[in-house]
Amino acid sequence: MAEAPTAEKPQEKTQKPIVPFLRIPADGGKPYLQGSRCKDCGATYLGGRMACSKCFSTEPMEDIKLSDKGELHVFSIVHQSAPGVPTPYVAAIVDLPEGVSVRCNIAGVEPDPQNLKFGMPVQMTTETIRTDREGNDVVAFSFRPA
Amino acid sequence: MRDVAVIGVGMIKFGRYPEKTVPELAAQAILLALKDAGATMKDIELMTSGNLYQSNAMIGQRILQVIGQTGIPIINVANACATGSTAFREAYMSVASGAYDMALAVGSEQMGKMGLLGGGGGGGDPAYSTEGVLGSGLMPAVFGMAGVEHMRKYGTTQEQFAKVSVKNHKHSMHNPYSQYQTEVGLEDVLNARVVSWPNTLYMCCPTGDGAAAAIVCSMDKARQFTTKPIRIAASVLTSDPWTQRDLTMPDINTLTRNAAKEAYEKAGITPEDLDLIELHDCFATAEILHYENLGICGEGEAGRMIDEGATTVGGKIPVNASGGLLSKGHPLGATGVANVCEVVWHLRGEAGNRQVEGAKVGLAHVIGLGSACTIQVLEK
Repeated sequence: MAEAPTAEKPQEKTQKPIVPFLRIPADGGKPYLQGSRCKDCGATYLGGRMACSKCFSTEPMEDIKLSDKGELHVFSIVHQSAPGVPTPYVAAIVDLPEGVSVRCNIAGVEPDPQNLKFGMPVQMTTETIRTDREGNDVVAFSFRPA
Repeated sequence: MRDVAVIGVGMIKFGRYPEKTVPELAAQAILLALKDAGATMKDIELMTSGNLYQSNAMIGQRILQVIGQTGIPIINVANACATGSTAFREAYMSVASGAYDMALAVGSEQMGKMGLLGGGGGGGDPAYSTEGVLGSGLMPAVFGMAGVEHMRKYGTTQEQFAKVSVKNHKHSMHNPYSQYQTEVGLEDVLNARVVSWPNTLYMCCPTGDGAAAAIVCSMDKARQFTTKPIRIAASVLTSDPWTQRDLTMPDINTLTRNAAKEAYEKAGITPEDLDLIELHDCFATAEILHYENLGICGEGEAGRMIDEGATTVGGKIPVNASGGLLSKGHPLGATGVANVCEVVWHLRGEAGNRQVEGAKVGLAHVIGLGSACTIQVLEK
């Protein structure tokens, strides 16, 4: 049984990150990627972890704010994707200086292999890409040539 | 662990069978394998059933409801693309351990025209789908990037990857079980539409339906059924160990290398002892990487290996004489059992016009993301 609807609450529209490891500071600060570092072996991860998959330490991890600058590791130009996803686009792996790799789109370049150089410096940007079912703005990140 | 042999194999031609059910497809393969072994369902003490899309629907039991309910234990297996090969290994383990004397592994899948896998997420609200926003988790892009990593390390070219497709399609011309038996030229491959660069359409395996089965038996008992038992010299399963980028970019190399090392040790062989390999060419880029991962060439030499034709039937070490997944098709649950069938046929000298002459030792490799790797080493 569905609960009877209560009085309409004025719903406040908020910004929500597309993935939990994209952090949007409440004070209006610049969004950033959150990572965690194993205090025992130093392995770094995108997002949070219950334990270290490198050394198995269960010590609470150090929460780290990841750099918004990185370099392009590899890429693919995607011409055929899931239904409804516009193509072509550049899918890539970007390495951050903390030792974390991020899967992302490379924006700001024509999707052609000639425009992408291994190791090229890239910079993260964020933007509102969609509205969810509750009317919240969904914020995503991408990287573009620095 | 005791010696175990494959005594019967069977598969149906991979393709599209929208008018059939999965149990019907799987039953055909099982009946062929039983006939091949000279056995009946009454001889089978355990069955493992590899099927990905129906693994939550007691597919193994429904298969036996079509061909014979003997009340034996049935294990339903799902392990991504390694689903069928993991089912084969479970059948092997149950006999090698001494718990059972004869077991049946069946792999089946009905994918129809279901294309790219993955995407979605976000607890059901499509607004949180990351596909095409945060790169791509779809297999064409994942294996595209894995190939690009090889380009970055060794200067491998798109043409070299494309040659894998040319070779495997050429092989497929002689395989009646292959979904496609079409020769393609290098220009055809390079000029085909790009799916996920550097892989073009002909560098991606087709989706489809299929089934394959294998009967494994203790070596002691095998000779009651066949004069040509094929010994399982090694059956290995690995998962992905921690590597720097693995959680973001599945490391398809390390778990294959770990599996290969373990398989060669268990079988007491080196890569030089292999006469043929059926490896997981889900995309043309993958095959190049696995030459090095399986140790059939040195680091960075895989591009040259395809240039020189070393992996063509008639070459130094034929790879994917069946036509590979690129031609044969890749019905996920069936794939790993089907490549065991192919190796067995070569070792018995029953592979027709694609026969690798004098083959005595063969290797079947499958990788499923993310991540599982199986390697079976089979010996005459």
